[in-house]
Amino acid sequence: MTPERAIVAWCPDWPIRAGAAEAGVDLEAEIAVVEAGVVAACSAAARAAGVRRGLRIREAQARCATLTVLPANPAADARHFEPVLLALEAGIPTVQVARPGVVVIRAQGPTRYFGGEAEAADAVLGLLAAAGVPEARVGLADGPFAAEQAARSTTAARRSRIVPLGGSAAFLAPLPVALTGLPELTQVLAKLGVRTLGAFAALPVDQVRDRFGPSGEAAHRVAAGLDARRVVPRTAPKDRDARIEFEPPLDRVDQIAFALRRTAEGFLDALTADLAVCTGLTVEITTEDGGVRRRTWLHPRSFTPLDVVDRVRWQLTGVGVEELSAAVTAVRLTPENVDAAANHEQGLWGGGPDERIHHALSRVQSMLGHEAVLTATVGGGRLVADRRVLAPWGERAAPQRDPERPWPGRLPGFSPASVLGDRPDVAVLDPAGETVAVDERGMPSGPPAGFVPPGSSSRLLVTAWAGPWPVDERWWDPAAARSVHRLQVVAGDGSAWLLCFESGRWWAEARYD
Amino acid sequence: MFEDEGVSLSAVQLAPEERARTVEQLQAQIRAMQATGLGARTLPTRPELAPLLPGGALKAGVAYAVPDSLTLAMLLMAGPSAAGGWCAAIGVPDFGIEAAAGFGVDLDRLVLVPEPGEAWLAVAAQVADVLPVVLLRPPARAAAGEAARLASRLRQRGSTLLVLGPWAQAEATLEIETTSWTGIGTGSGYLAGRDVRIAVTARDIRTVHPVRIRDDAWSIGEADLWAEQPARRRLEAV
Repeated sequence: MTPERAIVAWCPDWPIRAGAAEAGVDLEAEIAVVEAGVVAACSAAARAAGVRRGLRIREAQARCATLTVLPANPAADARHFEPVLLALEAGIPTVQVARPGVVVIRAQGPTRYFGGEAEAADAVLGLLAAAGVPEARVGLADGPFAAEQAARSTTAARRSRIVPLGGSAAFLAPLPVALTGLPELTQVLAKLGVRTLGAFAALPVDQVRDRFGPSGEAAHRVAAGLDARRVVPRTAPKDRDARIEFEPPLDRVDQIAFALRRTAEGFLDALTADLAVCTGLTVEITTEDGGVRRRTWLHPRSFTPLDVVDRVRWQLTGVGVEELSAAVTAVRLTPENVDAAANHEQGLWGGGPDERIHHALSRVQSMLGHEAVLTATVGGGRLVADRRVLAPWGERAAPQRDPERPWPGRLPGFSPASVLGDRPDVAVLDPAGETVAVDERGMPSGPPAGFVPPGSSSRLLVTAWAGPWPVDERWWDPAAARSVHRLQVVAGDGSAWLLCFESGRWWAEARYD
Repeated sequence: MFEDEGVSLSAVQLAPEERARTVEQLQAQIRAMQATGLGARTLPTRPELAPLLPGGALKAGVAYAVPDSLTLAMLLMAGPSAAGGWCAAIGVPDFGIEAAAGFGVDLDRLVLVPEPGEAWLAVAAQVADVLPVVLLRPPARAAAGEAARLASRLRQRGSTLLVLGPWAQAEATLEIETTSWTGIGTGSGYLAGRDVRIAVTARDIRTVHPVRIRDDAWSIGEADLWAEQPARRRLEAV
């Protein structure tokens, strides 16, 4: 594939600009942005004082006593670059962001539109100057890599450089190999006496592939001026949030739900207009006392306006509470997951039985609350209750722990049918009528002979028992540590139980019924 | 005509209480011979359980009572669930999903409503509208009218209700009569299996079937198998 002509616009020292704006420091001062203990970027004043990229902080401060050191903040860099990008996109719509401060533009369109490559480069410079970056540089060459090197080779006096068609290899030849951005390759090539891109490009391609693999081969192609990477223009994200404010603040759930109906419809209509549906939604509720309740809701298919209102209502109240603790001033709906509507279209004859099931269960959810209808999966763990992972209907039940792992200490044989979540107290008695205790070595103080089931006062005979088996979990974490001894007993009435002994107390974990 | 009957009965000279018992027996026989519905639909049933049930399979649109055993309810659920049906468990917060999966209930098609609260009948009706098998533990006794309304809804929708408790309109009541555990000693082994005798009461006729449940596999034993093995019979007395 032949490289396509690319324009690279470079805003020098962008981390410095963004960092200075973020920290409120004068751009003309000596500033250095530091990442991992070394200088990643420095301002012109700092450079004049002898600060260079790659210096350790201590040494940079020794060279320039008035140096302001800022931590690297990629998020702030991107945030401050966004207005510049929007201004550039107003003139040239197909822009790809390589990183904050460097954008790549496919040259073909602007060249034709502005009537020549030099004119296109000037137009880019003009747009950036209007956006508040008058010191931006522009390079135009075959492929993004050569274009970026061209932009970096410009001077303050002549801020654009155009490498003629097919001239990229010759332009790149004298540049150092380190520009490939592969430290290992650079090191090995330096030992072999290959120090420039031109010398690297002259190596036979199959030997480079054998020695350095696919990434080395790609770097070799780039060095030879055959950078085949295409420019993929970004699609500007649209603001799809919907927000409704209540003045005066509302304190009744039904009022809020009623007022929200229109907003929810508008919110989803905007998505529908772009042939998209919302499958995940974040609802942010602001209350009068300044509190913000935020929660993300997932939907197994896609939200309808009624579903959105339901989610807000569930978030506003626990089950059955109509009055709110504080009046609500605003509700904001943000789509978390958006999918193409084509993936969610119903078949010609409707969605089949699953659609009906979903509707009926959603109705039960709106009667009882979101967490009232659950789906279950088997999770990892040792106690029976740990192995049960429940998730509200419509959300994914993702076990955090893998049930397929060995879990030494888990119960062999039968799984008990009834898992008693509330850990009811029971009594296990030895033949003398004393409570059986388990010592730290896991030995019972006597054979279990009597058993008092939960919620009963009558004592049953133990006809068979097994254990106790120790479970000593997460002893390294005091908050989650658990040390129990488990015992299976069969009582005289034929019932079988799984019991736990924990810090002097017996409780029933499960029943086999 | 009625007089004729009266005469013939009086001719046999039955004591009043014996007469009442005979009438009761005859009525039970008539009920047993009558079909409850025309061409009642059946649900896929585990072949091991089918002989226990009246009609040889789980019927759609009726209720079964399983008063004391979640295991039995899970076994009944397993057939329809393995054949692709959805199941729900309402009011059963202690439903052991791992045991259910072991018996053959597909967890991907299982819905739990652990705390239906006061609205349990409405929730059961709502769910029974769309799911073929609904397991319900009633927190209170249902009023006769409410239960009849649910029964007609079941009949109309062809859903099967499994009730963990007594249920007046039950097609059959399944109970575990006796159970004996295997694999566990005194201080040794672990619960590896159980032999149970399941008592099925359908229209006042009570039959008892031995069933053996092992780790994941389970099977129906022959009735005389028990007689041949005195050792197991001794266990049975537990």
